[in-house]
Amino acid sequence: MTAMQKLYLLVPLAPLVGAIIAGLLGRVVGRAGSHAVTILGVLVSTVASLLVFVDVMGGNTFNGTVYTWATVGDLRLEVGFLIDALSATMMLVVTFVSLMVHIYTIGYMADDPGYQRFFSYISLFTFSMLMLVMANNFLQLFFGWEAVGLVSYLLIGFWWKRPTAIYANLKAFLVNRVGDFGFVLGIGLVFAFFGTLDYAAVFKAAPAIAAQGATLPGTGWLLITVVCVCLFIGAMGKSAQFPLHVWLPDSMEGPTPISALIHAATMVTAGIFMVARMSPLFELSPAALSFVIVIGAITALFMGFLGIVQNDIKRVVAYSTLSQLGYMTVALGASAYSVAIFHLMTHAFFKALLFLAAGSVIIGLHHDQDLRNMGGLRRYMPVTWITSLVGSLALIGTPLFSDFYSKDSILLATEAAHRAGMPGATFAYFATTLGVFVTAFYSFRMYFLAFHGEERFGGQHDHHGDHDEEEPSADHHHGLAPGQKPHESPAVVTLPLVLLAIPSVVIGYVAIDMFLFGEFFKGAIHVDGAQHPAMARLTELWHSFGSVNERAWHMALHGFVTLPFWLDIAGVGLAWLFYLRRPDIPAAIARRFAALYALLENKYYLDRFNEVFFAGGARAIGRGLWKGGDMAVIDGVAVNGSARLVGWIAALIRHLQTGYIYHYAFAMLVGVGLVLFFFVTLPYVLSAR
Amino acid sequence: MVSLSWYLSVGALLFAIGVLGIFLNRRNLIVLLMAIELMLLAVNMNFVAFSHYLGDHHGQVFVFFILTVAAAEAAIGLAILVTLFRNLATINVDELDSLKG
Repeated sequence: MTAMQKLYLLVPLAPLVGAIIAGLLGRVVGRAGSHAVTILGVLVSTVASLLVFVDVMGGNTFNGTVYTWATVGDLRLEVGFLIDALSATMMLVVTFVSLMVHIYTIGYMADDPGYQRFFSYISLFTFSMLMLVMANNFLQLFFGWEAVGLVSYLLIGFWWKRPTAIYANLKAFLVNRVGDFGFVLGIGLVFAFFGTLDYAAVFKAAPAIAAQGATLPGTGWLLITVVCVCLFIGAMGKSAQFPLHVWLPDSMEGPTPISALIHAATMVTAGIFMVARMSPLFELSPAALSFVIVIGAITALFMGFLGIVQNDIKRVVAYSTLSQLGYMTVALGASAYSVAIFHLMTHAFFKALLFLAAGSVIIGLHHDQDLRNMGGLRRYMPVTWITSLVGSLALIGTPLFSDFYSKDSILLATEAAHRAGMPGATFAYFATTLGVFVTAFYSFRMYFLAFHGEERFGGQHDHHGDHDEEEPSADHHHGLAPGQKPHESPAVVTLPLVLLAIPSVVIGYVAIDMFLFGEFFKGAIHVDGAQHPAMARLTELWHSFGSVNERAWHMALHGFVTLPFWLDIAGVGLAWLFYLRRPDIPAAIARRFAALYALLENKYYLDRFNEVFFAGGARAIGRGLWKGGDMAVIDGVAVNGSARLVGWIAALIRHLQTGYIYHYAFAMLVGVGLVLFFFVTLPYVLSAR
Repeated sequence: MVSLSWYLSVGALLFAIGVLGIFLNRRNLIVLLMAIELMLLAVNMNFVAFSHYLGDHHGQVFVFFILTVAAAEAAIGLAILVTLFRNLATINVDELDSLKG
């Protein structure tokens, strides 16, 4: 094993060791010991990832087996690493954000009785996520996929005394099962038709299979398309794409650090990563790409709308996450995989920042999450205020900020796909463009409501809305008492905010050339340029921005005169008008368009639909099977019925049993007579004839 | 010379008496046992007759076996009868119907 291979192993194993120590020996090592050991593990992992990243930038990739788990016939179940630009990027993003969240957690969970457990979980999550991104085969991918799902489940239900948290984690688990069903089918099809689970072998064999026009037996569907759609259904579950997005807003029941780490920056992007990883397959199926782009566009636009009406600060950020995931999916659909990964990275930084800032606000207000009880916080929480502003500006794609480069690239790629006549791309183009306005509006609505305007905290509000009762970590009332002022959060909270704000601003400017237009992703992401010209068009445009070093700057300047920028201005302006100047307008609009407002308030009634149709349907089927199948058929007919039948027959037969010996003897005699007749007399008579 | 058919007739007669003894006797379990013995003897008679007729001694060996078994069986039957009488104070066949369904 070479030194680099040892380094690769160190990346996932260091957090695992931390998780085991904090989880199993949490009582022994204590609170400080738990956070020290897990942070050390993640720090080691981050440094190792950085070294790996530098190594990969130098052109050194790796694809090989580390450990053979089992061999079943031709099927080899292996743990292997595929280290290339894609996985190195993900490793760096995951470990860095995870490190920030680990540090932040010291402050956020300071009073929580489940301190060690929490650190153990998030370190375990880091391990699982790293196993997922470093996998070189579908089996390990699936292992990581399910492991992050499990940790997500555990963390959403971290405050297990709250019924809402238990409901939310169950919901997340069940909805993810739907997605995973597709994912498993996809992996199964890959194994059935390619005979291997190794990425490289599958990607090598895929063009030939696609060229043959192989179809799924018994149907006319192209095999590649079916495989891709199945895999993407898995991504829809994990990355919360419409209509499997319903679990993500509810997952905000979990503590804020994991909302930042799992439900914004890393786990939910696993689906995006997976599709980018499978780009050699998706490139072969235009139908699957159209499916991807339409789903992404629906998510990007319609989830943004929902962010407008939410009053829980974390839910606004959650809907914004959904919307941004939609953008990434659109980029995938437009065959701009590297743009999707680029957006994934910028989004990981600024969305983790926004979540952690929201968490800081929540700490400052003593675990009150209702935007209606905030306002004017900028005077009390300056660091949180500035970093939130940075995060919000990044989110709406202000030129020069990181998200500008990634989101504008997505819009350009979508436009290129639309011009190339890709089915579904036209809708995606309009949805994503309109989405820019919506994003700007809800982001700054949240920002203005929280940090500007009149101070609404400390009021005698009748215990904040929906879902933060009975939090075990705080036995005092939530929210501030009248007259009490919020305070800035401790340094362990603000330090990660600042450290995340830096990449949120600069990473786009720094990395765009390398990520999108360099040779960085060559070999990791495959784009069929002839079929899908989006990337080529993007590169052409990029090259028109002057010489290499000033292109990023010129793109930002160019950004000021494009439509998305003016949509941003309009969104921010409208938010300012509605929530600072004339707070009566939104209320009036909500009254005027009550039906529309109710539609948004109820999240398009999708939860209701799921509850009535799927959950209710499942219950009805269950009840039917219970009453009809189990009680009537199995219990009634099969079990009790056969017993009753025996009873009936016995009731008839018992009359033969007189109890008199001579009757039995007579029966025997008659029997002997009959036997003799049939076996002796009758054959004799017949043979005599 | 007494021919084979005479012996068989005696056997059949004895058997018939045994069967009738079982069916007609409603009083006494001992008579029932005797009737069974009679049926066995009838079979023995057939065995001996055929053995002589065919010149094969196996039949007579069989008879010895049957006699031995019948003796043992009679002993066991009488023992059961004694126990029965101790328990139920009767050996009347009509009253012995505890197997009735």
